Amino acid sequence: MPKILFMSHAGEEHSIEAKVGDSLMEAAVKNSIAGIDADCGGACACATCHVYIDSSYSALTGTPDDMEQSMLDFADEVQPTSRLSCQIPITEEMEGIVVRLPESQ
Amino acid sequence: MSDATVLIVGAGQAAAQTATSLRQGGFEGKITILGEEPSPPYQRPPLSKAYLKGELEQERLYFKNAEWYESQNIDVLTNITISSVDADSMSATTQSGKIFNFDHLVFATGSRNRTLPMEGAQLENVFGLRNLVDVDALRPHVGPDKNLVIIGAGYIGLETAAVAQTLGTHVTVLELADRVLARVTSPIISAFYEDLHRRYGVNIKTRCSTSSINGKDGKADSVTLASGETLPCDALLIGIGILPNIEVAAEAGIKCEDGILVDEAGRTNIPHIYAAGDCAKRFILPYGRLGRLESVHNAIEQGKQVAAAIMGKPAPKLDCPWFWSDQYNIKLQIAGLSTDYDNFVIRGDSDNEKFAVFYFKDDILIAADAINSAPEFMTAKRLITAKAKVPPEWLADSDRSLKDIAAQFK
Ligand SMILES: Cc1cc2nc3c(=O)[nH]c(=O)nc-3n(C[C@H](O)[C@H](O)[C@H](O)COP(=O)(O)OP(=O)(O)OC[C@H]3O[C@@H](n4cnc5c(N)ncnc54)[C@H](O)[C@@H]3O)c2cc1C
Ligand code: FES
Repeated sequence: MPKILFMSHAGEEHSIEAKVGDSLMEAAVKNSIAGIDADCGGACACATCHVYIDSSYSALTGTPDDMEQSMLDFADEVQPTSRLSCQIPITEEMEGIVVRLPESQ
Repeated sequence: MSDATVLIVGAGQAAAQTATSLRQGGFEGKITILGEEPSPPYQRPPLSKAYLKGELEQERLYFKNAEWYESQNIDVLTNITISSVDADSMSATTQSGKIFNFDHLVFATGSRNRTLPMEGAQLENVFGLRNLVDVDALRPHVGPDKNLVIIGAGYIGLETAAVAQTLGTHVTVLELADRVLARVTSPIISAFYEDLHRRYGVNIKTRCSTSSINGKDGKADSVTLASGETLPCDALLIGIGILPNIEVAAEAGIKCEDGILVDEAGRTNIPHIYAAGDCAKRFILPYGRLGRLESVHNAIEQGKQVAAAIMGKPAPKLDCPWFWSDQYNIKLQIAGLSTDYDNFVIRGDSDNEKFAVFYFKDDILIAADAINSAPEFMTAKRLITAKAKVPPEWLADSDRSLKDIAAQFK
């Protein structure tokens, strides 16, 4: 059960214990992290699970595939570190990673 | 306010959203969700996709786990059917006579499958696909050497066909109209899906009416068509649309018209009673007319609206309606409603399974169907919400950047 820290745009911190195998989006939704709506439930169809993950963690979270990247290209408030959290499976190694949320979804 | 009781009738997508948004918005009163099904709220889209295919565990269908509801002080009571609501005494009564009082009541009763008015439709291996129980019952009938006949080529019928065919089932889809998805999309997209399914080996018959379902020992074993042809089957799936669950609301004196009528804040004509999701009929941005939508986005958006109305907060910003469908390796994303379009253009190439159709009415972009084309979908959503008069030739020109087009209509 790795611990994951979600940080709102305003800087509020919310630490949760996530289940290995769930996606980062599922962990957020199950813990009611505000700002992750996940309208499509992880089908990579809505971009309402948009988060930022610092490049220092990208070895753990991987990089977006084509579909995810093209959704991200057209999402609001995109940054180079943008990801769709439904496309990131949680692993034991993710203990302590920090996930930042955009201002609006 | 803080000791108000909110009763949510129905325990699906809209119910879960309303409860979540109430707590996220700081509502401290009592929240009770009453659902007819044995399960707490879960997502339905995977039922005809990854879950049917066996690629998603049941546990991952649930929006929240039991600990969450407990920690949020939300009571979820399952296997309970509300049979009447009394607006004067502000109470709801279950089928077994138990009474729940409320300060606010939300109808989140969703919809049910239309049944096929035909002898044989009640046989034990004739299924619908709406609930978890339905899929679990259908699953054993899907697999190599089995014949599955699907009546109705809407999204649910076609998604099920795709999964069943992939799992080795012999699938036949029977459709009364002259094309698949006739109610929801244009002939171009219909033709694309017909061709796709045929290439995978699904037997699709359009303009095809069923004259009887034949059975032995309580089980259907074949279907006879109006043409006289008889098709053997091990199971049948009926996917001919849904009906909104509005009866309890209508009997309570709430205005209904193929849907519980609600205003832009999700309120019915009776104070303190609201409706959200498949059962509600509302004003649809940006078309300026009433409609009932059957989608996740609609259930979420209306759930948020109702929560805001209960808390006396301003209604949240609305988005244009949208939907998606996954079949084989094709992702369809639909922005807006294309009904009554008077012009369209295509961007991309249907031969390489990556293209989008943009629909216009009176020169305004009203909808888009995007096949494996996320940028087109995302751009269309924005332009539709902005009621943009985009020159069709811009969208048809694949060399013209979508970002540049969108920037013109900020
Ligand atoms: C197989 C399938 C695939 C789908 N795929 C997609 C998709 O890809 N994309 C998309 O956007 N949408 C999809 N949808 C549609 C989407 O799931 C629905 O629009 C959404 O679930 C509607 O939410 P709701 O809360 O209004 O109703 P529901 O989720 O249907 O929930 C209503 C609940 O209320 C209960 N209920 C009804 N009456 C009573 C009563 N009197 N007392 C107590 N309980 C009651 C019902 O039993 C039900 O559990 C799909 C639907 C199905 C069935
Ligand atoms: S949940 Fe919809 S794209 Fe991630």
